[in-house]
Amino acid sequence: MRAPAPAYRANDGVIDAATAALGGHLLHSLDAVGEVALHVDRDSLVETMVALRDTPGLEYQQLMEIAGVDYPDRGIDRFEVVYCLLSLTRNHRIRVHVQTDDEKPVPSVTGIWPVAGWLEREVYDMYGVLFSGNSDLRRILTDYGFRGHPQRKDFPLTGYVELRYSEEAKRVVYEPVALAQDFRTFDFMSPWEGAEYVLPGDEKAKVPEAKGAPTPLKADEIVKADAPKSPVSGATEPKATENTTQSGAGKPGPGAGEKPANPDVVPSTKGQNQ
Amino acid sequence: MTEYLDQLEHRYDGENPEVGDVEIQNYTINFGPQHPAAHGVLRLVMELDGEIVERVDPHVGLLHRGTEKLIEYKTYMQALPYFDRLDYCSPLCMEHSYVLAIEKLLDLEVPIRAQYLRVLFAELTRISNHMLNLGSHVMDVGAMTPNLWLFEIREDCMNFFERVSGARMHSAYFRPGGVHQDAPLKLLADLADWLDTRLPRLFEDAISLVADNRIFKQRNVDIATVSRDDAIKWGFSGPMIRGSGIAWDLRKSQPYDVYAKMDFDVPVGTRGDCYDRFMVRVEEVRQSARIMKQCLRDMPEGPIASLDRKVVPPKRAEMKRSMEALIHHFKLYTEGFHVPAGDVYVATESPKGEFGVYLVADGTNKPYRCKIRPTAFSHLQAMDFMSKGHMLADTTAILGAMDIVFGECDR
Repeated sequence: MRAPAPAYRANDGVIDAATAALGGHLLHSLDAVGEVALHVDRDSLVETMVALRDTPGLEYQQLMEIAGVDYPDRGIDRFEVVYCLLSLTRNHRIRVHVQTDDEKPVPSVTGIWPVAGWLEREVYDMYGVLFSGNSDLRRILTDYGFRGHPQRKDFPLTGYVELRYSEEAKRVVYEPVALAQDFRTFDFMSPWEGAEYVLPGDEKAKVPEAKGAPTPLKADEIVKADAPKSPVSGATEPKATENTTQSGAGKPGPGAGEKPANPDVVPSTKGQNQ
Repeated sequence: MTEYLDQLEHRYDGENPEVGDVEIQNYTINFGPQHPAAHGVLRLVMELDGEIVERVDPHVGLLHRGTEKLIEYKTYMQALPYFDRLDYCSPLCMEHSYVLAIEKLLDLEVPIRAQYLRVLFAELTRISNHMLNLGSHVMDVGAMTPNLWLFEIREDCMNFFERVSGARMHSAYFRPGGVHQDAPLKLLADLADWLDTRLPRLFEDAISLVADNRIFKQRNVDIATVSRDDAIKWGFSGPMIRGSGIAWDLRKSQPYDVYAKMDFDVPVGTRGDCYDRFMVRVEEVRQSARIMKQCLRDMPEGPIASLDRKVVPPKRAEMKRSMEALIHHFKLYTEGFHVPAGDVYVATESPKGEFGVYLVADGTNKPYRCKIRPTAFSHLQAMDFMSKGHMLADTTAILGAMDIVFGECDR
């Protein structure tokens, strides 16, 4: 690795040791960008963590962080919960990933590391992931009485309500968000690298052109009624891009489908960032 | 007199109370959110038995600004200044984790001078952060003078930041691939002078007022003792874990940039109380000065940022003459650079402890997810068991020794 990132002990043999210690709980493992990631079974998470902490040769004593990540395109089990573990004795870091959705609870690891209490509360607050066994699963960072889970990808950046002090009511009031200026978002996708929209000026390319006057047939094209039937040609169209309609512009790209409905999100008639 | 009538007429015995005795309930009070000793907007719901703390429930999030969400909508470069605003007492150390995470994903080589400059100013940040924390800690337990004296050093640090980056607090000086600007020779010379003369004189003066002070020790020694096992279980890091006697310093054990070449000591505490945590920070200031002197001595000449023009924009003078540089500049300041897909967790030793960034890239020019691991989150969570059984007035000492800044805690 050329980057001057924090250098801890090499990853050699860690995956083998983890495979031996976890057995069937380990779904798959990954050693990428200099870091080891273990994708494990959700239901047996606590046993997995105890094994990672207590097995000689692994010894991950500290839980440093629990991060949630939202992948709405995955469909089933859209959330990933990432546990960052640290071994003080072996000077090594590892990540443990589990997948879940907003209904299936993840077993809480507060029994192993009490620090997980707030970290799980934060993941719950931001994503709505439930943790079974966490006795204090309240919201932590958002406002008292907040609705929705703001870190989800389908939660708008501006949120739904804003608050201000009302001089008439003599208290803080909540109102729907009204932006004085549109949120400026730019699209940096190159048109020739899979942009999924029609470029300005290309709208006409979709509509079939109006029929012009018929071209007068040439003498050899006029089919006589008594002419012998010509043999049927191969009927395979050559694969070529003759005009803009065949370029694939405007068609949905691979992987674009209906996003799963989120019970927390009130559909807005305005744009995505309004 | 009326309350003694029952006892005088022998209707009940004062020694063995039965009838007419009042059950005393625990008292619940709010500490903050607007309290000078809360170091920001912290609300502690405390249950008191007389003056003894029974339970503490910290309510955080009053400074939540949605930094992580905002970062997902910004390019990698545009997201950088948000890190200054996390822990606004040690802004450069916040940037450090972020730029290292991007460089790790890009596998980008950073010139050696840039690494030295980063270490130099990260250590200056550590000094300025500890000045604020040590000062406010002694102020919380009743001493006024050291805080004022230490602020003089902090002011010097701010001036150095301004001279190198143009901003006193929100520097945005570290960039992916290096630093933004080279430090002028005069600045480095002045820094060396300051490290030799002003810093030790002012710092040792101020600390000599409190380090052996009887009142200060009475307020801190044996307050909120944390054992080694507890420190590990509760995810402590930085001066908090070192105060408990575990010699764990990421600069030493997982060196980044040029920390591997630096010679410095890791101070540890013996008892794990507030006084140990205070003294660990005091010694860290001296060690930071030592690292800075080594940086100034060994820093080579050379480029201050990577020469990979797909990541680091060219300098303005170059743009005036080279078409290629102009194109790179335009592309980097509009679209930004693309980071290959992958996820990394990069943690550095910020003055408050382990500050980590879990960065998920999806191959575009914006982070897919940027989870920030604040140091204060795990430390503040331990507030409940640390202050159990202590007096109400001790909570300010415990909070002061934790070194919490809410910009980072609430994000």
